[in-house]
Amino acid sequence: MSEALLSTVAVSGGFDDPVFQAQAVFRALMDAMARPGTVHDLPVSIAPPAPLGQGSGAVALAICDPDTPVWLGEGADSESVRAWLSFQCGAPVARDADRSAFAFARGTNMPAMDAFAIGTQEYPDRSTTLVVEVEALEGGVRLRLDGPGIDGQRVVGPVGLPEDFVAQRAANRALFPRGVDVVLVAGLRMMALPRSTVVSHVNETEAG
Amino acid sequence: MYVAVKGGEAAIANAHKMLADRRRGDRSLPSITVEQLVEQLALAVDRVMAEASLYAPELAALAVKQARGDMIEAIFLLRAYRTTLPRFGASLPVETGDMVAERRVSATYKDLPGGQVLGPTFDYTHRLLDPALAGDETVAPAPARESEGEPLTRVSDILAQEDLIERAYSGDPAEMPQEPSGDLTREPMEFPMARDLRLQALARGDEGFLLALGYSTQRGYGRTHPFAGEIRIGEVEVEIDVPELGFAVSLGRIRVTECQMVNQFAGSAKLPPQFTRGYGLVFGQSERKAMAMALVDRSLRAGELGEDRVAPAQDEEFVISHADNVQATGFVEHLKLPHYVDFQAELDLVRRMRAEFEARQTRESDTQEAAE
Amino acid sequence: MSAATALGEDLATYNFAYLDEQTKRMIRRAILKAIAIPGYQVPFASREMPMPYGWGTGGVQVTASILGPQDVLKVIDQGADDTTNAVSIRAFFQKVASVAVTTKTREATIIQTRHRIPEEKLQAGQVLVYQVPIPEPLRFLEPRETETRKMHALEEYGLMHVKLYEDIARHGHIATTYAYPVLVSGRYVMDPSPTPKFDNPKMDMSEALQLFGAGREKRIYAIPPHTRVVSLDFEDHPFEIQTFDEPCALCGAEGVYLDEVILDDRGGRMFVCSDTDHCEDRRAAGHRGSMSPDEAYAGHGKGEGEAAR
Repeated sequence: MSEALLSTVAVSGGFDDPVFQAQAVFRALMDAMARPGTVHDLPVSIAPPAPLGQGSGAVALAICDPDTPVWLGEGADSESVRAWLSFQCGAPVARDADRSAFAFARGTNMPAMDAFAIGTQEYPDRSTTLVVEVEALEGGVRLRLDGPGIDGQRVVGPVGLPEDFVAQRAANRALFPRGVDVVLVAGLRMMALPRSTVVSHVNETEAG
Repeated sequence: MYVAVKGGEAAIANAHKMLADRRRGDRSLPSITVEQLVEQLALAVDRVMAEASLYAPELAALAVKQARGDMIEAIFLLRAYRTTLPRFGASLPVETGDMVAERRVSATYKDLPGGQVLGPTFDYTHRLLDPALAGDETVAPAPARESEGEPLTRVSDILAQEDLIERAYSGDPAEMPQEPSGDLTREPMEFPMARDLRLQALARGDEGFLLALGYSTQRGYGRTHPFAGEIRIGEVEVEIDVPELGFAVSLGRIRVTECQMVNQFAGSAKLPPQFTRGYGLVFGQSERKAMAMALVDRSLRAGELGEDRVAPAQDEEFVISHADNVQATGFVEHLKLPHYVDFQAELDLVRRMRAEFEARQTRESDTQEAAE
Repeated sequence: MSAATALGEDLATYNFAYLDEQTKRMIRRAILKAIAIPGYQVPFASREMPMPYGWGTGGVQVTASILGPQDVLKVIDQGADDTTNAVSIRAFFQKVASVAVTTKTREATIIQTRHRIPEEKLQAGQVLVYQVPIPEPLRFLEPRETETRKMHALEEYGLMHVKLYEDIARHGHIATTYAYPVLVSGRYVMDPSPTPKFDNPKMDMSEALQLFGAGREKRIYAIPPHTRVVSLDFEDHPFEIQTFDEPCALCGAEGVYLDEVILDDRGGRMFVCSDTDHCEDRRAAGHRGSMSPDEAYAGHGKGEGEAAR
């Protein structure tokens, strides 16, 4: 890609009203974190360069800046994405996943959760928030969620997560209060699975 | 008949009008100008700039005027303005060795290259009220000293030549710390604290608090055996690196006061006997603050130098957590906000405990009477 | 540039809700972590606000960071909308964010509070923002942050239980009446801010999101909705809340928190709702107390009045 084209890509496709769109995306994120498994719309128009999804782009612009190293996984990374993030929010790209504040990946080939920063027992907040692009938030294998923010239990069915996602989450939950928080995005829809949420297969819990 | 208290809004508006009225005072007198404050109450302006961490004499003077001369209120005003300003970058370290010094004194050498320069000091003035100042007497301009154009060698550099003092950054770019300096106004505080952040906290810390702490070390609460190696006051160049240009650009000059304390140190398992440093650097002319800061800086290095931490001035969490006068005044003064909900809870508890106490006493005296 | 123009230009164009966008992002990130780790105090780089530390700068920064143009804001201090500090903070947000404000608990999307939780049950979609002076529940037992941080890391809360038990040994009951420590979601001991312990049960399994901001101490923490919040106690000395002997003298409400109002210097006093909106709502619905100034419904002047519909 030529430099000229690169810079056109970089400067377009961001928020057209940064103050209010960032606020709207953040509020959706906040509500999603507060009520794990609930689906929220991201009320913005945004066009990040391929292969970064719209939802990931919206989250990045709302919350990332020069203070947050971001890590880009396969299926979220390209020269244009890097240029776009650098121009739109000034976020530096982290070489190592475990040095990132935010990581963007695709569910089909996301690295294991233990590759990211989990914080320390004293400062569990110094951890990575993992934003994962999935095919859909509904219609997949049924997962049961328990924990803070959930009245009783909630069942979700995202499509396009790794097969061992539940096992990875269990390992992540065992680290509590350390751990990785996960945000799932599909198009401009989103749900969050903070580290406090216990994820299990519906049939598993019914059997056990 | 009880009617709940209303009209908070009107009460606040009226209070602010009254404040404005009192601030203006007698209307037959001219309103004091910001320029007058900058020129004639320069040390007040300097203190506000130092503790607000913003070098802006006119804004600091305006803050002093707006605060009716209440220094902490003025510092607060200027800080609340500073926090809204965008950050363009970090300047290069100022080179105090190149300072055009208006004052430079050393207590450790009788004479030294560049000499002792007293400058505009209160030292050796007899503190007798001067009736002449009540009027507008003409003041003759001060005799200007011929500048020799030579930079004044720092006392610490003289000691360093003999390796008698611990080394600090030498000025060699290769030795320049690679990590950018921290900024406690932009990052959460954490203990233990790196020295750059600690110095920042002290530089914006309350002058009176640091003075008292520094004084306490001299009276034996964590003695550090200090000598005022050097105090210098004058203007230094502030430069910023512009990567696009490939060289540093000057932003202008600021007046600072620097104090290097030279402290005796007997050595430890790791370090040979040598002098150590306590460092103070303050915006404007404020020798008292720079000296107190240097004393406290040295005291706070106790842990690093393997000394026992036994005194308040050596206790980093204690000193840094309480040095900020804007935080302190806010929290002390917040006690005047309504607390009646909590007081009600306490009232209830005290009444209950009193009732229990009295019941117990009655029971005891009944038992006693019965026994008799 | 003269001082006047420098101030005039910059202050005239402050950002929506006062804080610059980078500061908001920093605070927003802290809020997300706080929600993900219920009860854990997230350090944040608190900014100097145009109001003093200790007067709600933490709550104001949290509110400013979450606030949007659709929100309706309610601000209370001591449960009341008309106390001077509540008035001042409400006016601040009207000025810098042109936000809609209300005194009605149920109309608000964001409620910033000092020292009380509204009597009316909060709803899903509402956010309660607490102003916190000292966020560390262990601070008065151990003044050092380095030590208390270790205690939280190791889940070592023995000191707090010892303190409460000493109360029982000395007074026969726990002598903490406000800022009564709670255990959040079975993990972190948390300071609920200086609300009377009367309000502690309202924090448990609340429908609303609860955010806590401590500006001077630079900490943000949170309780998501539907989260277990348990007041610390002992089997033989269970947690109990304050009770009042008489109902509100204005609206007749029972089971609410009351303020004691001194009427004269001869010991005359009355007890009225601390939650002014709740009291007004009840009176509008026709409820009357023993000293109600409302004119209608004569004959219901004493005791609990019946709602006239």
